[in-house]
Amino acid sequence: MKAPETFETPAAERVNYINAQYGLKSWLLTKDHKRIGLLYLGSISFFFLIGGLYAMFIRLELLTPQGDFLSSATYNKVFTQHGIIMIFFFLIPSIPATLGNFLVPLMIGAKDLAFPRINLLSWYIYLLGGIITIYALLAGGIDTGWTFYVPYSTTFSNSYVIATGAGIFISGFSSILTGLNFIVTIHTMRAPGMTWFRMPLFIWAHYATSLIMILGTPVIAITILLLAFERLAHVGIFDPANGGDPVLFQHLFWFYSHPAVYIMVLPGMGIISELIANFSRKNIFGYSFVAFSSLAIAVFGFLVWGHHLFVASQSVYAGMIFSFLSFAVAIPSAIKVFNWTATLYKGSISYDTPMLYALGFIGLFTIGGMTGLFLAALAVDVHLSDTYFVVAHFHYIMVGGTLLAYLGGLHYWWPKITGRMYPEGWGRFSALTVFVGFNLTFLPQFIAGYMGMPRRYHAYPPEFQVFNVLSSAGASILGVGLLIPLIYLIWSMRYGKRAEANPWHLPGLEWRTPSPPPTENFLVTPVVTWEAYEFAPPEELRVIGMFREDEGLENADAVIDGKPT
Amino acid sequence: MQTSWIPFIPESASTYAPQVDALYFYLSGVTVFFTLLISIVLIFFVIKYRRRSLYEIPRPIAGSHKLETLWSVVPFIIAMSMFAWGAQIYFHQYRTPKNADEIYVVAKQWMWKIQHSTGQREINELHVPVGRKIKLIMTSEDTIHDFFVPAFRMKADVLPGRYTTQWFEATKPGTYHLFCAEYCGMNHSGMIGSVIVMQPTDFDNWLSGNASQQAPAVAGQQLYESLGCVSCHGAKGEGGRGPSLAGLFGRRVFLTNSQTVTADEGYIRESIENPQAKLVSGFGPIMPTFQGQVSPEQLIQMMAFIKSLQVTGPQPATSAAPSPQAGAQTLPTPR
Repeated sequence: MKAPETFETPAAERVNYINAQYGLKSWLLTKDHKRIGLLYLGSISFFFLIGGLYAMFIRLELLTPQGDFLSSATYNKVFTQHGIIMIFFFLIPSIPATLGNFLVPLMIGAKDLAFPRINLLSWYIYLLGGIITIYALLAGGIDTGWTFYVPYSTTFSNSYVIATGAGIFISGFSSILTGLNFIVTIHTMRAPGMTWFRMPLFIWAHYATSLIMILGTPVIAITILLLAFERLAHVGIFDPANGGDPVLFQHLFWFYSHPAVYIMVLPGMGIISELIANFSRKNIFGYSFVAFSSLAIAVFGFLVWGHHLFVASQSVYAGMIFSFLSFAVAIPSAIKVFNWTATLYKGSISYDTPMLYALGFIGLFTIGGMTGLFLAALAVDVHLSDTYFVVAHFHYIMVGGTLLAYLGGLHYWWPKITGRMYPEGWGRFSALTVFVGFNLTFLPQFIAGYMGMPRRYHAYPPEFQVFNVLSSAGASILGVGLLIPLIYLIWSMRYGKRAEANPWHLPGLEWRTPSPPPTENFLVTPVVTWEAYEFAPPEELRVIGMFREDEGLENADAVIDGKPT
Repeated sequence: MQTSWIPFIPESASTYAPQVDALYFYLSGVTVFFTLLISIVLIFFVIKYRRRSLYEIPRPIAGSHKLETLWSVVPFIIAMSMFAWGAQIYFHQYRTPKNADEIYVVAKQWMWKIQHSTGQREINELHVPVGRKIKLIMTSEDTIHDFFVPAFRMKADVLPGRYTTQWFEATKPGTYHLFCAEYCGMNHSGMIGSVIVMQPTDFDNWLSGNASQQAPAVAGQQLYESLGCVSCHGAKGEGGRGPSLAGLFGRRVFLTNSQTVTADEGYIRESIENPQAKLVSGFGPIMPTFQGQVSPEQLIQMMAFIKSLQVTGPQPATSAAPSPQAGAQTLPTPR
């Protein structure tokens, strides 16, 4: 049997979602989830560059113990804005709004998301929130820390707290809409045969993430609203001067912001499951354990916020319960790491760029997760909270975890998204650079933290300088490692080698349609008759178009190691 | 546990610190073990099972309930051991011993104001003795701060509108960092100070204002300021709500009971410890007693200071300047 016609047609002549329509209007009014994914990709990259610029200023300032590069007031704004931009405008939307948007319908065999107009609306809402936040930064900035702790933010800060809060408040609704769209789509729009337990783990992870987005984001919206009331009208909710309770704010803030960490990292785990399985040509070890661990994380993630308040005058018994639950939430993450590792056993592992990112993720996420246990242990947290140990820990999760997964995913699906291949050599080089630079940046911060260096310090005692110099050196390597893909990915959109429909030879649904896909995703509605990550023997692969005739399958020394069970 | 030979461990100077360090070593050990385990297995698999042919399809492995149970239960048990250990130390530390000396801490943007129960005030410095339990009672005048002493491995938020406490027992003399660990605005990183741990005898000397080879009069002046005498008797003893002290020593003083008394050591001591006994004519019984708060040694310093106070300017003692009664009641001695 011959492969479907579409695979033989050169990509350039085929109508796909990119060349189906031209003009700015066709992009700004598009209802195509793939185009909206690209709109998000452009916007979050913009915010990532701004956030990165702030990081550069932080690392330059901390090169010397004296606060000699920026003034205290400026430094405080810089680290605050680094946090706000990176968390609310890059990390939270990063994977779901770009890769999730692009791939959720493709991977379950749907033509689009359930609510294409709401999807477009979510991007405009995100953009509006982003513009208001950028306005706040340009007008004078904000210096409260990304955590907005009261009563500093309500009473003492003379910066643009309300404008920034409004930006975050508004952009939160884009999260809610995206989450809503994913849940409905996954429930109702799966292709025939795509049962829940045939779904790729990327979809499970996005399902769990969407639950958190819908349930958690309203809480931060309410919290920001109350903060604004307090700042404007001094109603006495949070400010003790008016009879309020400043610790109440911390409870509300972390009730969202701890689960938000899982909004950031769960989609990353979804990508890693894809990469580990596909680049070792193995079905994921313990599929249902990995799938359900995502849901367990989403549920337990809502019950651990109090571990941010161990030294904030929280009751000792509350502290014990939150400590216990925080240790419990570590178990599903550990299960994932063990299953990913076991998946590699007797696999056929390739060293392509996405896989390098995935392997890096496992190492860094292990360190990030294990150091989280230090902060869950009550007595040790008393010493470590608000030190650089915490800074290092969450960067291992958010940069070592989420960002690496995002980059791995971006490379992996780049041929599908753009129809072009990225340069593999440069890809591997940048993956290694990022890995080395990242570790050099953040490993010393664990030590500085245990030595007692507090975070958010503009100037610091000279004995901490050695750690900061290492960090700044690492950050410059990391910066280079991140700039390289920015350049070659843009370059490859025009000059990259044309990508086949299935350049990695994989069974997933998104690889059974041309690269880039047509607007309606699939020429024929697919019928799924296989399990997730079911790597068929070559003869069957030829049937589903995994291998092209001209690759000379007949002459290949095909190793058939066994039949799928 | 002796930990000073281990690199990257901050100085350990409280009874609490070695307990935290022990748990930290356990956590670090487990972290290093699992990170190495995962990394080595990962690297081994990645090399051993590298793709050898484009068309190679490995045999699928569905999974194993035994293994899943193993790597769920074992990490859970390890996690629970960490939880129990951490909670145990924390809970123990949470219960403040009854016999602890109390020190008050007031935080404000951007300084630490500290007052010992004996009345000594310090700013951005805290002097404490080795081997005594110290309880800090803390509050803030403005936003949230956090009293953090890395060498003691302790930290607690300092909140406006409520009092938080933490206690410690220092074990090693030295000077240690005091940091504000809760972001509190512009000069947050400048809200730092020192905790100075001293031998008990040195501390008692310090407490009595004799920490260094200061002249008793200088120490007396510090005491005069730290005990708040200044507010009524004036910075230079010029008087105010209380009688003038400048040039007092050796003079005759009119009392409210129409008697006169010579201002000698005994009179000064009595007036500090029991101010109501011999009230200067024209002044109310407003001075609190300092009985038990001022040691004999400090009384000496205080007297040395009062003796050193000279009448400045055009005889404020007799001229009817800002406070007429202040000067009027002390007459030149008929010496």
